[in-house]
Amino acid sequence: MGSILRFRKLSYLAPVKLHTEKKVEQEKKAVDFPNPCFSPEPTKRAPSPPVRRSGGKEWRCMDNCCWMIGFLCTTWWLCLFLFNCLPATLPGFQVPESPGVRLKREGLTALHPVVMVPGIVTGGLELWEGKPCAEDLFRKRLWGGGFTEIFRRPLCWLEHLSLDNETGLDPPGIRVRAVPGLVAADYFGPGYFVWAVLIENLAKIGYEGKNLYMAAYDWRLSFQNTEIRDQALSRLKSKIELMYVTNGYKKVVVVPHSMGVVYFLHFLKWVETPPPVGGGGGSGWCSKHIKAVMNIGPTFLGVPKTVSNLFSGEAKDVAFLRAMDPGVLDSEMLGLQTVEHLLRAGRTWDSIVSLLPKGGETIWGNLDWSPEENHACDLSKRKPLGERNSTDGNAKRSGLKEPVKYGRMISFGKAAAELPSSLFPSLDPKDILVAQTTTKKNSTSSCSEVRTEYDEMNREIIRKIAENKAYTARTVLDLLRAVAPKMMKRAEAHFSHGIADNLDDPKYTQHYKYWSNPLETKLPDAPDMEIYCLYGVGIPTERSYVYKQSPSSRCKSIPFRIDSSVNGDRGESCLRGGVNFVDGDESVPVLSAGFMCAKGWRGRTRFNPSGASTYVREYRHKPPASLLEGRGAESGAHVDIMGNVGLIEDVMRVAAGATGLEIGGDRIHSDIVRMSDRINIRL
Amino acid sequence: MPTLRRRKPADSDKPTTSAPSDDARGGGGGTTGRGEEEEEEDYEQDADNSKRKKNNNKRRRKKKAAAAAAAAASADNKHPALPSEEEEDGRKHHRKRSKWSCVDNCCWFVGCVCLTWWVLLFLYNAMPASFPQYVTEAITGPSPDPPGVKLKKEGLKAKHPVVFVPGIVTAGLELWEGHQCAEGLFRKRLWGGTFGEVYKRPLCWTEHMSLDNETGLDPPGIRVRPVSGLVAADYFAPGYFVWAVLIANLARIGYEEKTMYMASYDWRLSFQNTEVRDQTLSRTKSNIELMVATNGGNKAVIIPHSMGVLYFLHFMKWVEAPAPMGGGGGPDWCAKHIKAVINIGGPFLGVPKAVTGLFSAEARDIAVVRALTPGFLDNDIFRLQTLQHIMKMSRTWDSTMSMIPRGGDTIWGDLDWSPEDGYSPSKRGQKNNETDIKNQDGSDSKPSQTAKAHYGRIISFGKEVAEAPSSEIERIDFRDALKGKNVANSTCRDVWTEYHDMGFGGINACAEYKAYTAGSIVDLLRFVAPKMMDRGSCHFSYGIADDLDDPKYNHYKYWSNPLETKLPNAPDMEIFSMYGVGIPTERAYVYRLSPSAECYIPFQIDTSAVGEDKDSCLKDGVYTVDGDETVPALSAGYMCAKGWRGKTRFNPSGIRTYIREYDHSPPANLLEGRGTQSGAHVDIMGNFALIEDVMRVAAGDSGDDLGGDRVYSDIFKWSEKIKLKL
Repeated sequence: MGSILRFRKLSYLAPVKLHTEKKVEQEKKAVDFPNPCFSPEPTKRAPSPPVRRSGGKEWRCMDNCCWMIGFLCTTWWLCLFLFNCLPATLPGFQVPESPGVRLKREGLTALHPVVMVPGIVTGGLELWEGKPCAEDLFRKRLWGGGFTEIFRRPLCWLEHLSLDNETGLDPPGIRVRAVPGLVAADYFGPGYFVWAVLIENLAKIGYEGKNLYMAAYDWRLSFQNTEIRDQALSRLKSKIELMYVTNGYKKVVVVPHSMGVVYFLHFLKWVETPPPVGGGGGSGWCSKHIKAVMNIGPTFLGVPKTVSNLFSGEAKDVAFLRAMDPGVLDSEMLGLQTVEHLLRAGRTWDSIVSLLPKGGETIWGNLDWSPEENHACDLSKRKPLGERNSTDGNAKRSGLKEPVKYGRMISFGKAAAELPSSLFPSLDPKDILVAQTTTKKNSTSSCSEVRTEYDEMNREIIRKIAENKAYTARTVLDLLRAVAPKMMKRAEAHFSHGIADNLDDPKYTQHYKYWSNPLETKLPDAPDMEIYCLYGVGIPTERSYVYKQSPSSRCKSIPFRIDSSVNGDRGESCLRGGVNFVDGDESVPVLSAGFMCAKGWRGRTRFNPSGASTYVREYRHKPPASLLEGRGAESGAHVDIMGNVGLIEDVMRVAAGATGLEIGGDRIHSDIVRMSDRINIRL
Repeated sequence: MPTLRRRKPADSDKPTTSAPSDDARGGGGGTTGRGEEEEEEDYEQDADNSKRKKNNNKRRRKKKAAAAAAAAASADNKHPALPSEEEEDGRKHHRKRSKWSCVDNCCWFVGCVCLTWWVLLFLYNAMPASFPQYVTEAITGPSPDPPGVKLKKEGLKAKHPVVFVPGIVTAGLELWEGHQCAEGLFRKRLWGGTFGEVYKRPLCWTEHMSLDNETGLDPPGIRVRPVSGLVAADYFAPGYFVWAVLIANLARIGYEEKTMYMASYDWRLSFQNTEVRDQTLSRTKSNIELMVATNGGNKAVIIPHSMGVLYFLHFMKWVEAPAPMGGGGGPDWCAKHIKAVINIGGPFLGVPKAVTGLFSAEARDIAVVRALTPGFLDNDIFRLQTLQHIMKMSRTWDSTMSMIPRGGDTIWGDLDWSPEDGYSPSKRGQKNNETDIKNQDGSDSKPSQTAKAHYGRIISFGKEVAEAPSSEIERIDFRDALKGKNVANSTCRDVWTEYHDMGFGGINACAEYKAYTAGSIVDLLRFVAPKMMDRGSCHFSYGIADDLDDPKYNHYKYWSNPLETKLPNAPDMEIFSMYGVGIPTERAYVYRLSPSAECYIPFQIDTSAVGEDKDSCLKDGVYTVDGDETVPALSAGYMCAKGWRGKTRFNPSGIRTYIREYDHSPPANLLEGRGTQSGAHVDIMGNFALIEDVMRVAAGDSGDDLGGDRVYSDIFKWSEKIKLKL
């Protein structure tokens, strides 16, 4: 930076010299004119200014400005220079040793090739073909990196990032593709690491380009479409095979993050399925090529946040969208446009549907029951696991404390969120669907600019939706089908959210839409493969929402929004700002991340017929102690966990050859075992 | 920039915070004026006027008192200050005049610069993107459509997957593990990009860019690896395109990441070592297979550039060779996977420039090094260190040895004869008539030319030697000469090159041999740099095969030499040789001994040697012939023009070959940048005609559809003169 500045200065010396000479001339000419900038002075000093003015050397407004800026710039450069001269480590500030250095000293070296599968949002996207408004952006990043284009041409940007509403593929004339290579997701924005810390640590023990691969894919597409359009799955298969061979027939360790976890689940099924739909690797492919799958922040059973995102565009950061432009989205003034536009663009992305809660009421709870009830929201005051277990059984029935009804994913009004289910007016959301088809839309043409599917809906239906009061994980899907019929129709050809009754039903192996749902697929026949669930705990995570109807009925607005005025009665309530919180990593609730490893796949179950061993590794969130630490080395947040020292060490040990038992087996801080036990699912 | 702007508001608080105290005193009025005045005083203390200093001190003391009382009574407060002002009124004039102290002036100036810069930046950003193009078109008239747009209109579509093989120097290298001094450079580019580190820590940089002198692999504790993906070589430095133009044009007809692959490799290593260390060849093989499979079985079109041509030649042999040494693809792998190899500026038979690069580090831009640091390298003050360091570094790069001229005297000519004899730069224009005449005259006409250039003498010591007939040159064989004692004392250790192991005797012996042809050049290098050549001779060979069926040619060191390998058995494959012509290209050198031999490279090009008439090819000690500024046309074209033409022993399956030459025409004005009709070695990657040819082949055309050969130079005539068993 410093050198650039200095260069800049040099290169502009000559023209500016001319410029200043001119300026002096101009000043001489302008002497007689009263300068409006010249500040009025006390009368005693009044006589002197004219005399001084004639000299031509005068402090005027312009000069003052120049002087100021010059002063600032010089100081800035000086500081910058000093900063560059500074030794890398300040004497007082002890930099903690990175796990890479420590493990290298322990003698760890690169053994198994590592494949990284990035999640939603974190992968970069670049433009390959665009409309005239994006002319000079060829092979520039539209997503990831500086995001400068959002501010310069927001509509153009959104247009290019949207997919076709019918096919879920490229709109005509636009090709936006995933950035390949490690750069795809090492940093999301400048300085905002995602995989960079892990890569750097792995490099310390000898990893490099040949045994480190970033399986970048277009995260907007449904998983099967990444293969149809970009052959991303074939490419991943070929890369894994190549790395397996060129690294002395060492199996690979796969490290997927966030949505990449479900993507890789899809891959595991795809690769063993015969060619027309699948990769034709044969049934032994996974056991031959894969040593371990280390899922970081897995979204196995979906993320409740997705529901609110799709329903009203109020994604309170699907990953960190909000972190990027906090004010813009939430601001009421701009909100009118921004949220609607984002909702429209986001609804063309099929992949989001893969994050809807899976398993329905069995997993996520019904109107009265949920696996997480009795969960203490104030995480700092939590008692150790053993003490609470005693009160566990009877707390629900005792009536001392009415449990939070997490099962009601969306409820309209606070009352609906807390009332017992018997008092509900019951209305099957399927009725809404029927009503939808009979009454024709009456959207006004003026809304066409930001048309979301809400504009095509009747006011009547909107009212009915709100009347239904509460929706569970199962009925929420019906609700979405009602409010966004096109999207759900498109996406449900690619994703399924149920639980399989009979896994041997041929439909489950033949159709790709089941492959990314762990509750509707069997794990591959690979008894030696290890599956890890690594995730953070200790951060309140969105679980269910209290909604209200938007006051304004203008055509452009989204008719529902989270009722942020709703708060819990007591201080320690989980309900804050219209959102019910549970334990998790800020994006994914513990239940979704941990259930499969803690129970669904534990031992030999029908989902895991070959008995691949599973491990749950939780990392308790600890916010950074000081600003100097940046995002913290012990964070448990969904993305920041990628910099968690404990997690990095675990990944490195496994990559260097350790097994799950050798790194210590399970490591559990949350109630995941208890919650899982409460879920009544046939295994 | 953004950081700077962000910082500004935070800083600008400072001056305003100083204002309140004045506010209280001045009663709200001219706050800014007085506020500034006080700040100025702080600066005026720097001035050495003692009188004024005293005054200032006085005033400051008073001011302090005033400031203390300021909170209590603001109205009365003015009075203590006023007398002082009146008192000083006389001096004030004096002071005001010299108010613009040096520091102020500087600040003011810097402020102006910054402001102008910001205004310009703002204007630039606010400017519509098409503005530069508009200006260009207004001056030069409408520019032709880029080939991508033109061919898209014609209806061309992406068909065959495309593989790029970058050449030497143009691909980026990044750091994966380094010594202490390279802290913070993890995964930053050491080569390519801005080269910021060269200036910031040059010694550290050369240390990391060097390879191990013994093994030709990584030195301990350092891992520098090629950048992967299209970004590896799309731009070499910011704004200096290599593949970017071609990529952009291919994208117009539908190419994207899945159908384009940049086979980037560590260009410092010998070709086989890229496989040994990085498995680069395996990776390329796997990627070609994948792309062919996922693109409906359409074979790949390979586009190597510069040294990439040799690299891919090596690859084609490697991939078909059996597993331990080769890729085990079987004898018909190339036939199954490759549609065409489009060699751009390929140094098939080597580059004379590589010799000087190794001999005295005077590589007159193997690609663009000189363009980046023009004055720096040639500068006499710096050369003591720079050149030696660069030489030491580049001698550890095995790959440079792949470019030493191959084929010896048979190809490059001996003391008296060379295939390019009679070439004259000024005659190129009307060459067609003359070449016919000369062809008839044959060799008889040659002696009549008085100042004929002896291109065959690639290195000659002294201009006289370069021009004298061979019978007059007295040569003393250097091969057995004693190298003498080590002349280097310990002070030279940090810039150690192998010259320091040689005594004066050895150096003189080199010079006494007077003239070196392509054949003896290899011996010379072996003499002056034994370690490097020992290492290199395990990986490269420069001869001509007598019997290609000899099993020894299965060794990988022959694979990158087109004169010692057979092309693969792939009759449907096509080989193109595309290169620029019309630029004087280095072909032979006149050398002299350096005046001082201590810590110096003992030889250097005798830049004072210039031909008598302006027609001469000798300039600054360098004989030039037709070529693309780096590769002589002979090297780039001979194999396709003759060596592989038809069914020869080098091309047993009769693969069709085509020559496409592009006549250099420099950019008409500065606005055109590096030109769309350039024929220069790297700039040709932006040549519209070449891009169009490449795109047509990628979209499915055969060489005959393109129009077969397209020749401007005398390549066919020269090729005929070379007597090589085919």
